[in-house]
Amino acid sequence: MVAYLFRRTVALLLVLLGLVILIFIIARIVPGDPARIALGPLATADQVAEMRGEMGLDDPFLVQLWNYLTGLLQGDLGKSLLSSRPVMDDLVAALPATFELVLATIFLQISLSIPLGVLAAVYRDSWIDNITRIISLIGVVTPGFVLAIILQLLASYYLTFFPVTGRLDPGLEFSATKTGLLTIDSLLAGRWDVFGSACLHLFLPSIALAAAGIGQVMRITRSAMIEVGSRDFIEASRSYGIPEQVVTIRYMLRVASIAPLTILGLEFASLIGNAFIVEFVFSWPGIASYGVRTILQKDLNAVIGVVLVSGIFFVVANLVIDVLLGFIDPRNRLRDGSSK
Amino acid sequence: MIKDETVRTLSSGQMAWYRFKYNPSALIGVFIIISVIIGAIFAPWLAPSPESAGAHVDFLNRHSPPSGVYLMGTDNVGRDIFSRVLFGYRVSLGLVVGVLGIAVPFGVLLGLTAAYAGGWTEWVIMRFTDVMLAIPPLAMALAVTAVLSPNLVNAMIAITLLWWTWHTRLIYRIAKGQMAEDYVEAAKVSGASHVHILLRELLPNCISAIAVKTSLDAGFVILFGAALSFLGLGVQPPTPDLGTMVSTGSEYLPEYWWEALMPGFAILYVILGFNLLGDGLRDMMDVEL
Repeated sequence: MVAYLFRRTVALLLVLLGLVILIFIIARIVPGDPARIALGPLATADQVAEMRGEMGLDDPFLVQLWNYLTGLLQGDLGKSLLSSRPVMDDLVAALPATFELVLATIFLQISLSIPLGVLAAVYRDSWIDNITRIISLIGVVTPGFVLAIILQLLASYYLTFFPVTGRLDPGLEFSATKTGLLTIDSLLAGRWDVFGSACLHLFLPSIALAAAGIGQVMRITRSAMIEVGSRDFIEASRSYGIPEQVVTIRYMLRVASIAPLTILGLEFASLIGNAFIVEFVFSWPGIASYGVRTILQKDLNAVIGVVLVSGIFFVVANLVIDVLLGFIDPRNRLRDGSSK
Repeated sequence: MIKDETVRTLSSGQMAWYRFKYNPSALIGVFIIISVIIGAIFAPWLAPSPESAGAHVDFLNRHSPPSGVYLMGTDNVGRDIFSRVLFGYRVSLGLVVGVLGIAVPFGVLLGLTAAYAGGWTEWVIMRFTDVMLAIPPLAMALAVTAVLSPNLVNAMIAITLLWWTWHTRLIYRIAKGQMAEDYVEAAKVSGASHVHILLRELLPNCISAIAVKTSLDAGFVILFGAALSFLGLGVQPPTPDLGTMVSTGSEYLPEYWWEALMPGFAILYVILGFNLLGDGLRDMMDVEL
């Protein structure tokens, strides 16, 4: 297990290093002078030249890359060209909102998709199965932004108690200082009004973000349950007279949960990337809104920061999921070990 | 005497067609895709108001709800949304052909090479693929289209840059499994060239997986392109593009709901088609992705 973890961590560090270098190359070969962008169109050529020296843009490429990497290890992502604050500060300020959205989304996905998948498998080919099949197809093929707009429409006509923008009602005074997550901090502080408002604000965006994953995981849970249900040990447990519910939940679901959990892990890892559209539509003040804003303004340091953070999140989450799956199903460890 | 005719054997192709014919989801998928292709190709003749495709303005009829005259209503400057959707499908399908036409062959070739060559070639290709896979696609595409100015071609470049990775990983996995098969060894022993083994021996065994994956991909490329233009980083107006139409229409929510929803449903329709087809093909050819 230790050797496995070590091998995976080394591979992860290599991937991260590659990611940084790649993004850095892309950011440096693009047309447009970052110094010029930072100073605006009115700056003189001398000012731009001075700024270039200050930003280290005249150094050889490898020196720039080295400086960036060493800076990165100290948590320095450079300055945002537009807000002229360190990119790191901007990211740290935006991350909790995204994290809260992502956690709410994965919570919805787990609590809806696996039970529905189990139901569909138990009542195979009945109307329950058909309804879940349609729900999952709709979830998979509806683009996030279309679903987001449909939800906003519903909220403005019928579900008027769901707010459609932001994280909290404007009237509420509350600053989340402990974890940055409004739901958890408000509970810790005993502010039920804030907690309720935060949950209502979370609901529609997390549904829009969760739909595709719910559809996918539901189908996979269903087929895994059906596959496991046909194995001998299930038949044996039934013939021992073990109650059907116990067989389904304890025996079948435990074995069948590996495939959906793998997909949920992948889904979780890519949620930050997918959050871009949903945060944009719901004016959610997270890292993706920050990303869209800085990208539209060609703020390169900030863009690199955003891409890097979502990349790191993706890679680390994948590792964590793999390790967890290794605990649930030891065959994963061996399989991975043999293929390096 | 037993006549040979009494026992009809089906070739594998006939078998596949038979399964396809009795797979309702695949048939619906094909129907949807054909209707979209016909709509796109014959848009200038099918559209009730072809001039709506451009920078046409008809202020008298702006914000008209869906009706017999305007099937999907009209937008904020009075253009017929149904006509614009038909023209918008041209952009979507063009994007699919452009992206998958480059990304699929490239990704497949890299995957095959990695599996066949082994050693450090395999290591370099697969680690590079891992790195590319670690980049959140939308963030990358946003970055690329933003630094190069936003338009259809750059959106296409951005999507292509990331799309090949999925095919590389899939084909690598399948081809790696095939490498242990006797026929590959036999080909090697009989002195077949590397190119022959790659393209004539390994590739045919990956074709069904490529077909299923490509069909499912087509829908997601459309979704991705629409998402980019929804954020203002894809196709620029007045070119009719479904994502841009949703984005413009969403400014007039909730009163003029059809202006965002109708193009949104149009996107959903074509993605549904490719998905059903992909699922059908998967059942038919019995491949696991």
